[in-house]
Amino acid sequence: MIRPLTDRVMLGMFGMTELLSEEGPPPAQVKPAPRKVRRRMVKSSETELNDQTLWLLAVRDRRDRQAFASLFDFYAPRLRAMLSRSGCRGAAADDIVQDAMLRVWHKAHQFDPARASASAWVYRIARNRHVDVIRKAARPVPEALTVEDAPETDAGARIALDQEARRLRGALEGLAPDQRKVIEQAYMGELSHSEISERTGLPLGTIKSRIRLALEKLRHELKDLRTE
Amino acid sequence: MTVISHHIPPAFIRAYASGSLSHGYSLVVASHVSQCDECRARLEAEEIAGGAVLDTLGTGGAASTADPLRDRVLSALDGPPPADVAWPRSGIYPGPVMQALEGRAPKWRALGGGIRQSILHADGSGSVRLLQIPPGEAVPDHGHKGIEMTLVLQGSFSDETGHFGVGDVEIADEELDHTPVAGTGLPCICLAATDAPLRFHSFLPRLLQPIFRI
Repeated sequence: MIRPLTDRVMLGMFGMTELLSEEGPPPAQVKPAPRKVRRRMVKSSETELNDQTLWLLAVRDRRDRQAFASLFDFYAPRLRAMLSRSGCRGAAADDIVQDAMLRVWHKAHQFDPARASASAWVYRIARNRHVDVIRKAARPVPEALTVEDAPETDAGARIALDQEARRLRGALEGLAPDQRKVIEQAYMGELSHSEISERTGLPLGTIKSRIRLALEKLRHELKDLRTE
Repeated sequence: MTVISHHIPPAFIRAYASGSLSHGYSLVVASHVSQCDECRARLEAEEIAGGAVLDTLGTGGAASTADPLRDRVLSALDGPPPADVAWPRSGIYPGPVMQALEGRAPKWRALGGGIRQSILHADGSGSVRLLQIPPGEAVPDHGHKGIEMTLVLQGSFSDETGHFGVGDVEIADEELDHTPVAGTGLPCICLAATDAPLRFHSFLPRLLQPIFRI
């Protein structure tokens, strides 16, 4: 039987920590414990969606301009920080932030909180826009999934994904500074692996092992969460 | 339905998510993800991790409501939506390839030996093309500078490393000198991206390289 994509995204989040590690992927059937049992035992704030996702849903479902303004206030400085890391600043960066945020407004109907956090969705939109501008050509993007996987209303799936995203963020925050730096560089598109090697003068093997270390740490944190 | 057994390596998916992959490789990744739920899930997970990093970026102080861009964006909300075109799949060609072809059929050019190609994009960062190999034919023995990434769109091919069917991706690096042979049945049609020219070992194809931009 084919597992729904929403489940697979979460498995992917666990699986991603085996990147570059030698032990291979964790067993595919490992899934987070059912949330219902835990929900009563944790504070209500932990079972609710984060602010950004709630704002984005308000934009999607009610065309809420105040919620959109909140999204802008949250993401505009972060997107500027992201863009400046690849040398895009000032008016050029503002144009990309504007284009990205307007797409957030107009494409909100495509947002599915059971598949992406608000931040993941904004990250993707801003990256697409940035690459379009750099290459002066439309970035190749995957076909959208068909109606079968249309935004769903299952609150449990949304909350489960939101919690996985929080845990991942917690794991990122728990990294040692140099490990964290490597991960940030990789996701902010600052440098390719070979460029990191050139920039720092370290042989590629060393960089790879640093990434491995960082990911190993991530994996252990996630494994601990899994066995809770 | 064919089962995809050769996927995009995670490092490439992460590089695609972060925008640091070249145009040609990005086209291969987007085309494979269009037909592979496993790699789509991995990509979306990588984007969640990217979003988590974005969340925690130092922003040098809280957002200011005096940001002039804020007014500009808020007052543009009632404007027309951006005209982004989504290209649907057409026959064997996934949406991203149709986007590169701008909705037209590929313009094939003979390469010799019955092999044909249609260049989709070439620039300083490498090139990406469609290749068509008659059933049972071999692509001349070649090595690579850099990495060659090949996605099968129709038919199949085999080389020293294994068998590749529709949806499968082969990553061939500098170490690999290989001679891909198309399977029997339909001609093998591939999407192939490189970040540097291929090196053919036989004399004639090497002469042709500047002409065909391989």
